[in-house]
Amino acid sequence: MSEGLAEKKRGVRELAKVAGGVVLASFLFGFAMVPLYRIACEHVLGIKLAGDVVAADKVAAMAVDESRTVTVEFVASVNSKLPWAFAPEVSRVEVHPGKLTEAWFDATNTSHGAIVGNAVPSVAPSTASLYFNKTECFCFTEQKLDAGESRRMPVRFVVDPQLPASVKVLTLSYTFYANETATSRLGALAPAAPSLASH
Amino acid sequence: MAHAAVHDDHHADHDHHAAPQGFLARWVYATNHKDIGTLYLVFALLMFFVGGSMAMVIRAELFQPGMQLVQPEFFNEMTTMHALIMIFGAVMPAFVGLGNWMIPLQVGAPDMALPRMNNLSFWILPFAFTLLLSTLFMPGAGPQGGWTLYPPLSMQGGHSTAFVIFAIHLMGISSIMGAINIIATILNMRAPGLDLLKMPIFVWSWLITAFLLIAVMPVLAGAVTMLLTDKYFGTSFFNAAGGGDPVMFQHIFWFFGHPEVYIMILPAFGIVSEIIPTFARKPLFGYQAMIYAIASIAFLSFIVWAHHMFTVGMPLGGELYFMYATMLIAVPTGVKVFNWVTTMWEGSMTFETPMLFALAFVILFTIGGFSGLMLAIVPADFQYHDTYFVVAHFHYVLVTGAVFAIMAGAYYWLPKWCGNMYSERWGKIHFWSSVISVNVLFFPQHFLGLAGMPRRIPDYNVAFADFNMISSIGGFWFGASQLIFVGVIIHAVYYSKQRATQQVWEGARGLEWTVPSPAPHHTFSTPPVIDDSKLAHGDVTH
Repeated sequence: MSEGLAEKKRGVRELAKVAGGVVLASFLFGFAMVPLYRIACEHVLGIKLAGDVVAADKVAAMAVDESRTVTVEFVASVNSKLPWAFAPEVSRVEVHPGKLTEAWFDATNTSHGAIVGNAVPSVAPSTASLYFNKTECFCFTEQKLDAGESRRMPVRFVVDPQLPASVKVLTLSYTFYANETATSRLGALAPAAPSLASH
Repeated sequence: MAHAAVHDDHHADHDHHAAPQGFLARWVYATNHKDIGTLYLVFALLMFFVGGSMAMVIRAELFQPGMQLVQPEFFNEMTTMHALIMIFGAVMPAFVGLGNWMIPLQVGAPDMALPRMNNLSFWILPFAFTLLLSTLFMPGAGPQGGWTLYPPLSMQGGHSTAFVIFAIHLMGISSIMGAINIIATILNMRAPGLDLLKMPIFVWSWLITAFLLIAVMPVLAGAVTMLLTDKYFGTSFFNAAGGGDPVMFQHIFWFFGHPEVYIMILPAFGIVSEIIPTFARKPLFGYQAMIYAIASIAFLSFIVWAHHMFTVGMPLGGELYFMYATMLIAVPTGVKVFNWVTTMWEGSMTFETPMLFALAFVILFTIGGFSGLMLAIVPADFQYHDTYFVVAHFHYVLVTGAVFAIMAGAYYWLPKWCGNMYSERWGKIHFWSSVISVNVLFFPQHFLGLAGMPRRIPDYNVAFADFNMISSIGGFWFGASQLIFVGVIIHAVYYSKQRATQQVWEGARGLEWTVPSPAPHHTFSTPPVIDDSKLAHGDVTH
């Protein structure tokens, strides 16, 4: 009997080890879902998540398709924590796929202190995001605006001629967020600047 | 930790057979599976009333349109805390408690495989829930963003977020340890001759549930850890401003969340599959099919999570896949429902309280399953999403599903636990009062949802007034009915004169009915000799 008991205990110990391993593996799997999510979006579902710059030579190689026009709409919004005004200069343009187009956005800091903001881009419909190439965008860098300062900011883009024919309208939207880390760094350099918290 | 527990678990209790005396020695240092099971069940009942009082606040505020009793912030705290407490504090600990009490008895084991870890996994819980409930009294108030903790909303509160996250970590650790213990007990501690395919169905349902727990609770721990670092350590997992994506939280959360809803229902399937054969006096129809159905549901639960988030803007292919995969779950669930019905077919049925609750489970859970199928249909879900239709759906599967099964199990095994019969008359009063009021409470919420009433909002359009009032009346009635339950239990444990027999129920089969009632402090210290004809599922051909 005691031998049977010892064997049971060994079995329990082995099993607890394996189960502990499963627990650890699934904890890590939770974090692995972060890159998996990106991979699934970009390579399986065809949704571009990152607003990365596209090399100019890749865009230059695209032939302009004069036979077709696509409407590109612009939407600008500001996160509630950022006291800025932000709007596109025109709300929509008609473009030929393959043609380099420029659009301008205006941002104004309506607060009483310097603030750093970051714009996060998004393209709808999401499945068309792979065909929307930005060669220059204010969203690639931090934007610092002093109190009351305004800035005209460009975005240059090319719609890939391979864009599926079913897509007639593309919407490019930007949301400006306060970059609290960069703003507080600003405050450290110039103590006179009020912190974001005061707004 | 596990090692220490394995080393000297059994020695301590071998020499004396009575329970240790004194509160500290008996309960705080408890390593006996029956004592820990009792602790879990009492804790779950306590939390059921704490979470229930929060539901009463919600229903009182919703009794009439307009803001009457509480501030919107407090209302949001109530909806958030009600869910967290009912899920992690009431339903899950109740199942673990039933598992602790019954699994060793049903497999002929002297105790759980890791008794000291068992003690730890229970005693973490009071600390976790003290931490969670303390947020209600904090400056900046408790969590208000819903139990799903979606960012960015959940990140915009005060520092209570950190307390909630740590409380969830503790609950997760407790559940994981409980699950490991149950797996180790079932796989290693069975009496010789009790093959896997002769085990009672409750044991099978818990084995599969325990696998789900160790696979997904750590994923929840990871998700809330990411919330924590986003809020306090400058990471941007879900922060759009830093390049993160709040939708990703929903994916990670529901990868945990969908298996979690089956964690709360599979043991209920097990309990009902024990009770119906007993009171139909027929073996369970399709024993193996029932096991395969549970296993299939468990597998499918991992690949359907995004049906909780159809409206986030997924590609069409994704929506179609998650819709069809979700509907597939109806197949094994249908197998189970038809097998329960077939078990009763031409049986000589009697309707004691456990059977009544089990029958109500079969009917009302199926209604909840049907509304789940409606929600699975993508184009329809766009209308139902975040309305009271969803609230009605998950309360049918969790209250008339999980909670009714727990009550059925409590009535079924109570005579074995305390040695006395409960009052059948008051048990039946409790049942009828509960089953009528719960439908008055939740059925009108289907109509409210279809008419467009959003969930988690303290005020509503006057057009919804009548159904809300009916629902609130049902709510207060259902809440009050549960006091009868407490009365029946206290009466049975302390005052009942009617002694239970060893077998308790005429049609009961299985090892737990071969020990005296009440079950002695130590049972099966020497493994029982298995006689297949005495087991519920000794004959594997049925």
